[in-house]
Amino acid sequence: MAQIELKQVEKLFGEKYAVKPMDLTINNGEFVCLLGPSGCGKTTTLRMISGLETASGGTILLDGENVTWHHPSDRDIAFVFQLYALYPHMTVRDNIAFPLQAEGMNKDDIDTRVSEVVDILRIGHMLKYKPGKLSGGDQQRVALARALVRRPKAFLMDEPLGALDAELRETMRAEIKALHIAQNATTVYVTHDQVEAMALSDRIVVMSAAEVQQVGTPAEVYYDPANLFVAGFIGSPGMNVLKGQLDGDVVRFLGNNNTLPLPARYRIPLLTTLDADKNVIVGFRPEAGTINADGSMQGEVYAVDMHGAYKLLHVNLGDVPDTHEPTIVHLRTDRMASNPMGSQLRFTVDPAMMRFFDPKSGKAILPSQTDQTDRQPVEVLSTTAEGQA
Amino acid sequence: MSSVELQKITKRFKYVTALEDVSFMVHDREFFVLLGPTGAGKTSTLRIIAALLKQDSGSVLFDGEVVDGLTPADRDVAFVFQQYSLYPTMTVYDNLAFPLRSPLRKTPEDEIKTKVEHAAEILRISHLLDRKTAKLSGGEMQRVSIGRAIVREPRMFLMDEPLSNLDAKLRESLRVELQHMQKTQGNTTLFVTHDQIEALTMADRIGVLNEGRLIQVGTPVDIYDRPATTFVAQLVGTPRINLLPAGRENGTIHVDESLLQMPAPEGRTLPDKLLVGIRPEDISLNPTGQFNGTVVLTEPLGVETIVHVQSGERTLLSLAPGMIHLQRGADIRFNLLQDRLHFFDETGKRIA
Amino acid sequence: MSDFYEVGPAEPVVISTRVDKVSPKARREHNVRAAIVIAIAMFCLLPIFVMSMTAFKTRSDAVSAPPKLLFKPTLEGFVFLFTERALVPPARAQELLASDTTDLSLFERVALSSGQEITGPSDYVGRLKNSLIIAGVSTIFSVVLGFFAAYAFSRFDVPGKDDLMFFILSTRMLPAVVVTIPLFLMYRQFGLHDTYQGMILLYTVFNLSLAVWLLKGFIDEIPLEYEEAALVDGYSRIQAIFKIVLPQAMTGIAATVVFSLIFAWNEYAFALMLTSDKARTAPPTIATMLGRGGIEWSAIAAGSLGFLIPVAIVVFLLRDYLLRGVTFGAVRR
Repeated sequence: MAQIELKQVEKLFGEKYAVKPMDLTINNGEFVCLLGPSGCGKTTTLRMISGLETASGGTILLDGENVTWHHPSDRDIAFVFQLYALYPHMTVRDNIAFPLQAEGMNKDDIDTRVSEVVDILRIGHMLKYKPGKLSGGDQQRVALARALVRRPKAFLMDEPLGALDAELRETMRAEIKALHIAQNATTVYVTHDQVEAMALSDRIVVMSAAEVQQVGTPAEVYYDPANLFVAGFIGSPGMNVLKGQLDGDVVRFLGNNNTLPLPARYRIPLLTTLDADKNVIVGFRPEAGTINADGSMQGEVYAVDMHGAYKLLHVNLGDVPDTHEPTIVHLRTDRMASNPMGSQLRFTVDPAMMRFFDPKSGKAILPSQTDQTDRQPVEVLSTTAEGQA
Repeated sequence: MSSVELQKITKRFKYVTALEDVSFMVHDREFFVLLGPTGAGKTSTLRIIAALLKQDSGSVLFDGEVVDGLTPADRDVAFVFQQYSLYPTMTVYDNLAFPLRSPLRKTPEDEIKTKVEHAAEILRISHLLDRKTAKLSGGEMQRVSIGRAIVREPRMFLMDEPLSNLDAKLRESLRVELQHMQKTQGNTTLFVTHDQIEALTMADRIGVLNEGRLIQVGTPVDIYDRPATTFVAQLVGTPRINLLPAGRENGTIHVDESLLQMPAPEGRTLPDKLLVGIRPEDISLNPTGQFNGTVVLTEPLGVETIVHVQSGERTLLSLAPGMIHLQRGADIRFNLLQDRLHFFDETGKRIA
Repeated sequence: MSDFYEVGPAEPVVISTRVDKVSPKARREHNVRAAIVIAIAMFCLLPIFVMSMTAFKTRSDAVSAPPKLLFKPTLEGFVFLFTERALVPPARAQELLASDTTDLSLFERVALSSGQEITGPSDYVGRLKNSLIIAGVSTIFSVVLGFFAAYAFSRFDVPGKDDLMFFILSTRMLPAVVVTIPLFLMYRQFGLHDTYQGMILLYTVFNLSLAVWLLKGFIDEIPLEYEEAALVDGYSRIQAIFKIVLPQAMTGIAATVVFSLIFAWNEYAFALMLTSDKARTAPPTIATMLGRGGIEWSAIAAGSLGFLIPVAIVVFLLRDYLLRGVTFGAVRR
């Protein structure tokens, strides 16, 4: 397998950047997602790695070899497309065998290789069918088989689950992850769905407006977003962000009378970073809020979402004076919680889950020391679970 | 606003039966969601109510009165389509004013102006009024579509998957807005979707439709906690409910091809062969849990993690709070919330 | 499966739908392609260029070999086109030209300088007018009728729809030459020979099949939801057609207008057989100019130029709709 390195790789369409210069190293065996809204440059980046698109600048290294100007077929990389790209007139078997026939492998070897991948993906019963007869999920399995059979250095996948319905997407997502764990093949995966990226990746590259916003593990981008874009994009719904003003030991929110205590570890970084007006943006995840009659935050329930396993409350802290837009925060509560629309409630926010952003740059302000409570206990449950095993 | 009732509606097309004996009622000021997969007959139901399609048999009643003979214009309902209902050759203002200028209403222009501006304010699209609709983003377009429905003050809103062409973030925020607006304005709304999250989060009541038949009508909690069939159970909730074939011997239920077993609940008569349904959040990982299994896969989603646990030949999905990472193959113990188990007979019907 | 990848890399097959190269080499190729397109365009426009030049040449310049690129422009061709003339003795011509009488028009001067005297207007303008009336009216008829027929075929469950559509298309299958003789006999019987009504009827019927087929395609592309929204909003179907469908079908209508007009405008075989004078159109007229005592090349060129202009104007006026049709169609799907 292979290591993929991008050094100051960029792509210009005319005068406009499709991808601003970016550096990225994808380690051998790693599963990396390029995540972002449509038009953020993620697919262009993937296509540059594959060679389907040429970089306007920078170098692309594959296992240390400069392949920037190599033809796609000289890079030994397999590409899985969103719309399967199976040949409709060939049977499933012929589709899978096609890349091997193209390189003139003898028939027996082809049979061995095909039966290997067919076993991995459990598609043995459909070899005689034409792709048109298969369901979307099965077609994507065949497309994966056709990529696997070549034993390429790396897999590039462009929204392979994008055309499937929600239910199948969940199943195929787990299958792709299981396949990756079993094969341990270097994989670059493009998606606009943050759930997919979180569930699948070793690391996520969050992109927006042709620029890399953050590179990190799912836990890093979820708990410590580098900027407001990442904070809002990751999570469903995204992180609550509120405009406030630092006032001694508390943050006062604009347009309403709410305050939150300032966690001690943020005091010095905030004082050194913020302007004289002390404006700051506070962020916290919906699960960080807890309904509490003594809470320092107060608002009116704007809408209630029943999600089955839990409820999501949308709480209006007060309308913004000039635009009359409500200031909504989302709180995750128990499925049986009874907070009807229009009712008032108070809540607290877990100080360990509070994050701060510079209102000018939108960038996260880091705490002075990372104490143990700062991050959600990622490994705690796993050690207990494994410990008792 | 009005109530609408469907009585034994049947509609057949050349080769398929779109609707078979469908009856339900949407009460005045209610938010009713019809949920079902593609081809279930949801859109046909809406179109029959709007008189864009004629049923083969059965009746549609508004406020208790049969309206079968009325044309679309006379039924006075507002229809919000999935897409393509804004006229690209007109400005946003003209689009909003279009229904008011119809020969049925003949509203004076100054009154139109008041109404359009009021609707625009509710939906926060006042700044878009002079734009051509082709220049709008998807979310703005759908706001205008909804705006065109509310300017008219119709008897009810019929919405045909209005959010399905929008991206996830926009869908989330419009969902909240729609719910808030419906509740504050008290509009009778019949909303059609294939997205279970939309149904659960917005509806006062949900009607589940499959292959032209109405399977269950109930509140979101009814549908989620007491699904009438395995189809309904699998339709709502992510990740999907675990459905396990099982056998009953005396007072114990054994899940086939696994080590899972549990006492049969008291006071219920269960058949010998049945299906056990367990929602992923009702499987709780616990070091002192009653059952053990091995970890196949973890999928961290942020607020929670899906853990695929293998027990015998069966793989169960469980949902654990927080971001967890577990090694593949690690042993793990878990509990099942016994009082939240679902039992279905072999045909998929819920056993009460 | 641990040794799965150890057999070594195989030749990759990359299924690509599009390969973008913006390397310097690709830029050069782009320029070369642009140059080739321009050359082809110039080559295609060459006949029109030659024709325009010929229209302003004198009789002798027009036939000189090799063709003259530089020449003294004259209106001789236009004079010969628009007028009937008689020869005058050269001396008389000189005398008339020399005399300072200002009542000689520009045309008369030009005619005199080539030794001729204008005796009256030619029938060219009348024929051009016939062409305009017949082509214009028949185009309007076929597009209007075609639009409603196409709408019905697109939106309603017309019984035997496919067979009817094929039948409509089949009316175009017979070549004009095959049907002219029976048509000629019929027209004589019904008194339609050499009348506007006859020619308009013929071209309308002939273009209608094209209009129905073209417009049905365009109307099919307009989502049904637009009209349904209007119906629900309180409009009748006919109002919905005029307010909603018509504005969106403009590109299709523009294309149909252009195709119908071009056919009716250029049509030669029927016009030659079924008209003689009153309703005769421009194409047979220009052709018959060939035969009148020596070939007046510059007059023919001038006539053809005049014949080109109306179509060019219509296409120019409709260019926005036509272009939008081209680009929208590509983007929307």
